[in-house]
Amino acid sequence: MSALVVDRLTKSFGGLRVTRNVNLDVQQGERRLIIGPNGAGKTTLFNLITGELAPDDGSVRLFGRDITRMPTRKRTHLGMARTYQIITLFAQDTIEHNVTLALLGLSPLRWNPAVALGRQNHLVVAARDALRRVGLEHIAERPLAETSYGERRRVEIAMALAQNPKLVLLDEPFAGLSIDERQDVRKLLIAIPREVTIVMIEHDMDVALDLADRITLLHFGEVIVEGTRAGVVADSRTREVYLGE
Amino acid sequence: MSKLVLARGLAALIAVIGLAVVPYAIGEVYYVNIASQVLLYAIFALGLNILVGYAGLVSLGHAGLFGIAAYVAAYLLVAGSGHVLAIAAALLASLLATAGFAALSLRSTGITFIMITLALGEIIWGLAYRWISLTNGDNGITVPARPAPFGIALGSARAFYVATLIVFLIAIVASGIFVRSPFGAALRGARDQPRRMSALGYHVWMIRFWAFMFSGLLSAIAGVLFVYYNQFISPQALALTASAESLLMVISGGAGTLLGPVVGAALVVIVKNVVSAYVERWNFMLGAIFVAIVVFMPEGLVPGIARLTGALWRSRGKANLPMTAGPQQ
Repeated sequence: MSALVVDRLTKSFGGLRVTRNVNLDVQQGERRLIIGPNGAGKTTLFNLITGELAPDDGSVRLFGRDITRMPTRKRTHLGMARTYQIITLFAQDTIEHNVTLALLGLSPLRWNPAVALGRQNHLVVAARDALRRVGLEHIAERPLAETSYGERRRVEIAMALAQNPKLVLLDEPFAGLSIDERQDVRKLLIAIPREVTIVMIEHDMDVALDLADRITLLHFGEVIVEGTRAGVVADSRTREVYLGE
Repeated sequence: MSKLVLARGLAALIAVIGLAVVPYAIGEVYYVNIASQVLLYAIFALGLNILVGYAGLVSLGHAGLFGIAAYVAAYLLVAGSGHVLAIAAALLASLLATAGFAALSLRSTGITFIMITLALGEIIWGLAYRWISLTNGDNGITVPARPAPFGIALGSARAFYVATLIVFLIAIVASGIFVRSPFGAALRGARDQPRRMSALGYHVWMIRFWAFMFSGLLSAIAGVLFVYYNQFISPQALALTASAESLLMVISGGAGTLLGPVVGAALVVIVKNVVSAYVERWNFMLGAIFVAIVVFMPEGLVPGIARLTGALWRSRGKANLPMTAGPQQ
């Protein structure tokens, strides 16, 4: 079954076409890697899939359901989660509070103005559990402002996973990390169960290639190559456009 | 229970007792009335603080919401209605106006939000000023009498202060519960990272809308207290300067804190009413105080004093550390 189907998705900013008739068919449980040089339209494609941008044409289907005109928050309630290329967290709060906000986003409790958030023990337990998965439970109460860049990347992933998503969109999860941190995040992504479909944008081919089942190469907003790891890497267009050979 | 929680509880208890004995301690009616003004404006500032401090939305039209409640109550009381009906209708009318304000102004944030709220506040002021058949224009409306809940007449300064204090305590406790709730956390999240909050499944617009409604409710309650306090309402109470003063209360005391708007309200009301009796250019003095706050404590008086106290405490702690042996020569 297809987890995500993108059909002829098109988007322009003024006269600049940043996404041109993009088609994707990501199967349930698949690990899809989206690559392409800077300005290829990878993050724009993510923003179109999550609903942060409205497409000019084309459609997006999540597990068979047309979500093209659906607001971002409703897509999240259908099982879509994402991380951001530029870390987008709540810097004034603790790591635990960041993950609690992710949990609360899918709970009816988020509308309740009359109970104390600090007394919702089930949220604390769930937040700690999500942080344990990414190896940050021991610093759960640390303010985010006092954490390293690598730890924040892991908080982003913890927030996405805390929502028990069916589809996770990871926008450059290795960006800005040291070699050791990359390996930590890589192990973390490998540990995500196969029920969860992953679509990932990544520049670091060394770390990301072997995580992918299939690879899509974008260039100037168009899909120019798509296929298996070996097939895409061996393709002359990949080498020309992305690897610079 | 931690020491911090106990200390906070004790401080709150002392504060409540202190506020309760104010009319008996100061005695003079003029100053008891000033204390009542501080409390009713503190409720107004608490309401505005929900938007400014916790939602990150600066409103310059809240005096309109305050004034609608005051005018509706005054109009109905003059028309002969009972106090319960007048108060209920005043709150309802102000909440309806709040919903209208929110629906129009929440189309945007930042400077556009400020300008829309300013324009809406000016429309309400214009109606109060020019719709003379309804509002009596510049002459205003005089309210015949204060209510007597449970048979207790609020005609005296002391009785009115106690009634205002009870409403104030309910308002600050409600605000405290509100900001510490899951909804309060969502509101702060929508202030800091609205895009991320949408991606986490939150309806950012709706969160802001309900925060606006709570803010409007507190403003309306303050408006009703105002009209009972003065037993008079005129367009001056809805003017832009009233909105600006309430914003100054919030910012000077510390936006996004519970105590800040209360301290800010006390500062503005005392400078306006008490200092002005001794200093002719009190407006200049108020301005100078605000400039000093912005320069030395840009986060506001309450968080600023907390920061300085914390720094002092830490420096004293370091000074009291036992001397350690230096490196071996």
